This record gives sequence, structure tokens and C-alpha cells, in this order.
Amino acid sequence: MNPVAVVAYSQSECRADAGAMNEVEMIMPQLQAVYEQVGIDNAQDVDFVCSGSCDYLQGAAFAFVAGVDALGAVPPICESHVEMDAAWALYEAILKIRAGHAQSALIYGFGKSSPGELPTVLSQQLDPYYLAPLWVDSIALAALQARLMLDSGAISERDMAAVVSRARRSARNNPAAQFAGDATIEEVLSEPYYLSPLRRSDCCPVSDGASAMIICTVDQARAWGCPYALITGIDHRIETHHLTLRDLCDSSSTRQAAQTAGAGEGHIDTAELYAPFSHQEIILRRSLSLPSDCIVNPSGGVLAGNLMMASGLSRVGEVFRRIVAGDSTRGLAHATSGPCLQHNLVAVLEAA
Amino acid sequence: MAEQAAVIGIGQTRYSSKRGDVSIAGLVREAAQAALTDAELTWADIDAVVLGKAPDMFEGVIMPECYLVDALGGHGKPMLRVHTAGSVGGSTAVVAASHVQSGTFQRVLAVTFEKQSESNAMWALSNPQPFSVHLNAGAGGYFAPIIREYIRRSGAPADVGIKVAVKDRRQGARNPLSHLQLPDITEEEVAQSMMLWDPIRFLEACPSSDGACAMVIASEALSKVAPRKPAWIRGAAMRSEPTMYAGRDEVDPRAGRDCAADVYAQAGVTDPRRDLDCAEVYVPFSWYEPMWLENLGFADTGQGWKLTLEGATALDGGDIPWNCSGGVLSSNPIGASGMIRFAEAARQVRGDAGDHQVEGARLALGHAYGGGAQFFAMWIVGTEK
Repeated sequence: MNPVAVVAYSQSECRADAGAMNEVEMIMPQLQAVYEQVGIDNAQDVDFVCSGSCDYLQGAAFAFVAGVDALGAVPPICESHVEMDAAWALYEAILKIRAGHAQSALIYGFGKSSPGELPTVLSQQLDPYYLAPLWVDSIALAALQARLMLDSGAISERDMAAVVSRARRSARNNPAAQFAGDATIEEVLSEPYYLSPLRRSDCCPVSDGASAMIICTVDQARAWGCPYALITGIDHRIETHHLTLRDLCDSSSTRQAAQTAGAGEGHIDTAELYAPFSHQEIILRRSLSLPSDCIVNPSGGVLAGNLMMASGLSRVGEVFRRIVAGDSTRGLAHATSGPCLQHNLVAVLEAA
Repeated sequence: MAEQAAVIGIGQTRYSSKRGDVSIAGLVREAAQAALTDAELTWADIDAVVLGKAPDMFEGVIMPECYLVDALGGHGKPMLRVHTAGSVGGSTAVVAASHVQSGTFQRVLAVTFEKQSESNAMWALSNPQPFSVHLNAGAGGYFAPIIREYIRRSGAPADVGIKVAVKDRRQGARNPLSHLQLPDITEEEVAQSMMLWDPIRFLEACPSSDGACAMVIASEALSKVAPRKPAWIRGAAMRSEPTMYAGRDEVDPRAGRDCAADVYAQAGVTDPRRDLDCAEVYVPFSWYEPMWLENLGFADTGQGWKLTLEGATALDGGDIPWNCSGGVLSSNPIGASGMIRFAEAARQVRGDAGDHQVEGARLALGHAYGGGAQFFAMWIVGTEK
């Protein structure tokens, strides 16, 4: 593929409860931030806009319609929406650019999960006839997956705690993080179980917020004259919904997506993985065969704060930031959707 | 630049108020399998799946691609879920087309559905929101005042909507898939049906339907060797504007005009009434035919109703037949309704629309709109590239 340039990215703080702030108020500061990074005025200055959100977080059909209010879409704009994490909105925007239908695109994702009970809400993502009526929540399914990993000897609880400890330490450098600190492995292990074998800190927090990004052709990036990183490959794959038909200790769809995105065609020095539970980071690292010197989740990942519908896009944004800062030359970003890592997206970013 | 793409397979379920014989998965599978059969393909021939439907709150399944992946043969493939309100059926086709036009995929399966019998659209559209005015009206209540304003501005006679309701149902009776089969419907019957939201009577409103629609969209090389005549995508466009802003014209939304201008420019259409052979346009309430005739440039502002009264939009004897399939007024599985328009436009240029075929159709418009008449998706398909 022709590389697509990432020229701007911004993410809000991850807040446990954004209070009376509505979705438009969460989105607008991020849009302003990316406009400023590129030096444009508003969404009229890009060719295409695509967003990711979920009606069920807001409890309203057409929740994304309000998002359009944040765009200043007068006169009307070319705009689309996925009911998925905004990483998939990024994917749709890249297709538009590849097809020559757009030279530039604005992507944003937002979620205000605090008013609802997120794990319970997500149980309604399951087969509506056989599984959803059981109200098995997302944490319970992740706990089953972790138990499988532990029982098969693929990981230890110490391995999980090590993921948490590193995430908390890395998050100290991330001003947007909800959770950051100095937790040692022993301290994590001393926590009581929340839903065995998961401890609270094995689970990502529930966070409110939004993120936004601007991408464009390389020519447009040069014309704008701002620093950029290149997305040299991107792909996503979904797996069967039947948990018993999947190897839950592996992520075949992540591996498949990474292969198509060309992840193996060079050294990956940085990876931002969307792993809402500590053991899932280990599954992803192994499925991706990341080299031992690869820095994983330098932002703290989503264990430091999980903006539903935006965290996947933010993973791409975090890699972009590190490349532009000169801390990375070739990084991998990953996004996930569905129970137990059912659907996965991988993007490869390189220094320009 | 963009690769050429074409529709090489179309599959639809029959539309009815309740498909109790199938699950949601069974419903989408039926349409998808029909599209594959039409294209003489198997599941393995599909590179990616694009799914569209109206809000998840209708059926209560969040991000239903997670559940429907198996029914749609998506395991191990990219699967994207589009949601752009009522225009989603059209947007899904546009997004599926860009999968191919980008050169990334060779054959993409696009599927849309709604199972309104397992859903409560009125509830889903009316639940109260913090910091917002509560609207407990559903779509009819929302659009009725806009229609009244159209009538006030244009001076259209009161029976225009009735005529559209009769025309679309009679045309729908020539489409065996139509939900409503009313071959003998009369203007008197429509006029006497209950007034729901003045001026929209019961028989001037779309039904609530179960149903799914699917298309296989393929690259130029594969379309050329497809078993059936491809419907070439000559243009595709989307536009959005906010629900409310100072100076917004809700009767004649600028987003609709801009979207039409974009798709016409791509397809080389300068006079839609002359250049197009037929159109499948999202008309959920009868009066939206004259309103969209103007918005889409088939008639000057304030003149759209004259085309309807002259019979210009009728399959029999009209020069620019609209909604030969019966349109949304005859079948309305909301999330699929836009794609049905796009697919029926493709059927017309493939020449396989059966009893509702427009003789010799070579260029057709598919149109969908949603939200507060603020999201638009359109494409033009033709017999030639």
C-alpha cells in the first residue's frame, strides 16, 4: 500500500467520571488540539471525517449524531461512522485515501462509560438467544480466559502482575492516565481477587473521554509542513463468536492482521497493545512474536485508562507520538473489539 | 486513483412484518447466501464483510458483527460495522465499494438488516436523554412538521401524498419480495386511513419490516468475468450536516443537494430527469417523493409535486420512474432500507428487476437518508463503466 501519514493526535484525560460533561464537550477539545497541530481551522479543512462510538454507552439510539455537532458541519461534510472503536474509523478513512477519494481525514472516537455498568452493558454484545440472556459480563469472560491460561501453564499470576506493575510505572509519564504509580509485582499479588483469577488491577478501569487524529497523503503532510509518521500497513481480522471454537490462549486474528500489515518486514521497537486485561497483553505479545527488546505500552496502555471506542485509535496515536518524538523508528499499534479479543486490528507505523 | 468496482451479486430476503422462522443470524445469512448464489460464488471467495444496520438499541444486540461473524462467513476476515442512522444501508454499500475501489480487496460482501419484530424502534428512538428535550414522537412525528412546511411553501394540493402512497404500493405489488402487497389499493382507501401525524396518514407511512439485503461488490477484473451483467458503480457519495443550526433548511437540506451534486458529477449526470432512467429514493413518508424530487434536482424548487401528479415518476408511463420496487413505503427493514434502494438500482441496470423492470434502464440512482434528514448516501450505477 501507499503509506498514509499521521499528522496529528490528541487524547483527553482518562477520567473515572466526567460528570455532567456531555459527549460533544468531551470531543471538542480533542478536535481543537488536532486542528492546531496541523494548523487548520476546522473539519471543513479535511476531505473526510469518520468516527467511532457506541450507542449503548450513552443509552441513546444515534448517539453519534450528537458528535456531528462537534464538527461544525456547515456547510455539509463527507462523513461516516462505525459502531466500533475509532481504530476502525481510521481503517475506513485509510481506504478512502487509498481510493483517491480523499487526501486527508479527521478521525475521532469517544465514550462516556461511567453512567452505565460497562461490563454488564457489554454482555449484550453476545449471541442474543443463547448467551446474552445469561448476562455473562466482559470481566467474567476475561477471567475464564485467564483461568485457561493459568491452568495450561501458559502464564503465572506473577506474569500477570508484572504486566500490571510495568503498566502503572509507564503510566507515570502519561499525563492522561487514570492509574499510574509504583506498584511492585508483590504489591499487585497481595491484592485480593476481584473475580478470580483477576485482581482489580488486572482489569482496565472504566474511563470517560475521547481522542482524535488527522491523517493524510504524504504530499498533504509535506504541504502542511508538520511532523508526521507513516502508516505502512494496516489490517484487521475477526474470529468466530463461539468462544469454545477459539483457542483463547492465542490470538490468531491478531497474528493474521499483523502479517497482512507487514509487521514482520522489519524490527518493531515499540508496541501499543489494546489489552483490557493483563493476561491479554501476554497473549498479544506472543501472538505478535514481539522481539524481547520491544517496548510494550510505554503509555501504560489501557490498564492506565480505557476510553471505550477511542482506546484503539489512541494506541495508533501513542505510537505516532513516539515516532515523531524520535523515540521510535518502527512501531506497532493494536486495537481490539468483542469478548476475549475476538476482533483485532494491527497497524504498522514508521518514521518518515 | 480509484479502481473500478461493480455489483456482481444481489440477495434479498422477502420482507414481512415478522420473520419468526429465522433468527437474526438466519435472516442475514439468507440474504448473504442469495447474493453469493446470484454471483455464483462461495463463502471462500469473499475477502471482507461490511455490515450495516440502524441503531443497536433496536434489537438490543451491541455491535452485532461480533455475533453475526459466523452467519456471514467472516471468521479470519476483516469485518466492519457501519452505522449512519437511516442512511446506513446506503452508507454500507458506499463503504463496501471503497474497500474495492481502494485496491485493497477483490470481492466484498455487504450486508444490512433489521428485524423489527424483535425490536422496538419507537422505544429506541424515544428514550429520554439528559440535557436534551424529550421527543416521544418517533420518525413520523419528527418529519410531519417538515412536510407541512413543504406544503405551505409549495402550495402543493393535499392529495399529492396520497398519489405517492398508491403508486408505490401498486409498484410494490409487482415485486414479490415486498412486504405490503396491495395491488388494488385506491386513493380513497389512503385518504380514509387514520391520520397519524398530520398530514401523514397510516397508509402514507412505511411499514415496519423484517428483512436483509446483501450485495457482492467486486473489482473490475473480477466483475468482467462475473456470470451476470455487472452494475458498474459510476459514482458514490455521502454528506452529513448537524440536526440543527441557524438557517438550516429542513425541507430542502443542503447535505442532500451537495451529495447529489457530488454523485452526479462523478457519473457525468447534468440533468438527472433526462440522464437517469430510474431512481430508487428513500421515501418513508409519501410526501418525501415531491420533496426529494426537488432536493435531488429532478424538479425546480416548489415544482416537485407536479411531476408526481403528472405521473412522471410512475413505472407505467412515467419518464423518470421512482421506486419501481415499491420503495420504503412497501418494505422497511430500517437498516437495510437504504441498501435495498442501492440494490434495486443495480437490478434495474442489470435488467433483472422482473415485473418492475424499467425497459432498457442503463443508469440508475440509489438514495438513502437518515437522522433528521441530515445524513445522505447515494450512488449511481450503470450498464457501462
